[in-house]
Amino acid sequence: MQNGAALSIRHLSKEYTRGKPVLRDISLEFAGRGLTAIIGPSGTGKSTLIRCINRLVEPSAGAILFQDQDLVKLSGGALREARRHIGMVFQEFNLVERLTVMENLLTGRLGYVAPLKAWLRKFPPGDIDEAFDLLDVVGLSGFANQRADSLSGGQRQRVGIARAVMQHPALLLADEPTSSLDPKTSVEIMTLIRDLGTAKSIPIIVNMHDVELAKRFADRIVGMSEGRVVYDGAPAGLTDGHLKSIYGGEDWLR
Amino acid sequence: MVTVSATADRIAFKPNWWARAGWVALVVYVVYACSLLDFTWARFMVGLDNGARFIGRMLPPNFSRWEILTKGLAESLEIAVLASALGILVSLPIGLVASRNLMPVWVTWPARMFIALCRSFHPVIVAIVFVKAIGFGALSGIAALTVASIGFIGKLFAEAIEEISLKQVEAVRATGAPFMNVIAYGVLPQVFGRFMGFATYQLDSNLRNSTMVGIVGAGGIGGALFAAFQRFDYDFVCAMLLSIIFLIFLGEVLATQVRAIFLERGKVDEE
Repeated sequence: MQNGAALSIRHLSKEYTRGKPVLRDISLEFAGRGLTAIIGPSGTGKSTLIRCINRLVEPSAGAILFQDQDLVKLSGGALREARRHIGMVFQEFNLVERLTVMENLLTGRLGYVAPLKAWLRKFPPGDIDEAFDLLDVVGLSGFANQRADSLSGGQRQRVGIARAVMQHPALLLADEPTSSLDPKTSVEIMTLIRDLGTAKSIPIIVNMHDVELAKRFADRIVGMSEGRVVYDGAPAGLTDGHLKSIYGGEDWLR
Repeated sequence: MVTVSATADRIAFKPNWWARAGWVALVVYVVYACSLLDFTWARFMVGLDNGARFIGRMLPPNFSRWEILTKGLAESLEIAVLASALGILVSLPIGLVASRNLMPVWVTWPARMFIALCRSFHPVIVAIVFVKAIGFGALSGIAALTVASIGFIGKLFAEAIEEISLKQVEAVRATGAPFMNVIAYGVLPQVFGRFMGFATYQLDSNLRNSTMVGIVGAGGIGGALFAAFQRFDYDFVCAMLLSIIFLIFLGEVLATQVRAIFLERGKVDEE
């Protein structure tokens, strides 16, 4: 139905404070499909890397090529236009708590609706139909008029995923989408993300720190440590040696 | 060995000598100020005698000039409602622009200056300024209370916006929504309930103040009240005071109703 786009990160660096780089010269190529998991310890720059792609964080240097343009160079209207093609799922769901589930889903269409119409909730009927269909897909039929703050964690993340898919993204980013969830719900959420990505042929980049979950769902694993890529390949190729270099130490592996 | 060193450090509630000195200074100043202003029991007893005569002349309240009374009250109500509506309308964008978490410093700084200016003076002083500038009448009262409303709602609205969760805003921004849509979907839902609270409170406050600006000639029942005081028509004064109490009470009930409607919506949704 929808076609994903390839992403190319070239020599990306980010320093929040001068002289203390969080990302050091990252270069990665992502094909227009499949699920890539980025793993690594906390504070290693996974989240920064993901946020540099849709410019929620400003990169310090480098280029990010996506749909024939360098995302790093965009600003204003061009940046908003590019963001519409990149969906994002957040660790803490980041739903607008006091809006209903339906309103949260339609937030995904805000890039395409003029402010006055959005304010008056006059969305195109096609968008609303699609939102109802997506609610069925993510298993929240009948929740459309509930307020987001009345949902459980797993339900919220389903809304978060549906909101991102409503954008018709050419790329889906997920920043630790299961870290606030219990193990069973985590698996359900990862299954949903992977299946939606396959069904709509959207490439997915997921940050996670759970190695087993990453191995189970990813087509490709990127291991990061101290702002550098230390492993890039198939989940099967990830050895204890790699994990030691990613997370440090070895006692925890036993 | 351990116990010896421990007893020296084991003070559970360390005395704060600066705070104690502060309390003593406050008590000393209060006594000094009382002695300076003849704030004594004897003086109070002298005044009590006069007060009894005053209350005696107020009763029974005289409603015979009800036309003046209702006209004044209606004008006060109009001043309050118009000033609240105008003030709310203006303070929405100004409060938004003054919020430091969404706007750059060069925008928030002048907006905060403007709000601070609106808050600098009591509504009566602002009303005097407007009466001198644009003349006697309700327009001056409306202008004065609008300024007061902007000062109050603008400040609180800006503070409410500064306390919102930026995660929710970030998510809306990440969809590529234009700025106005980010405000409408990411910011306003988070502050709407509190904003309704401020608005009803300000309407309540404007109702009270609108009965007062008339004293300086800015319209409303205050003018008639002041005139009655000066002519020693204390029974008419009493009638007006009772009517004002009734009006304020009515406003309070209305404000509570408005708040209940919005609170109830929240409650139902949370279940």
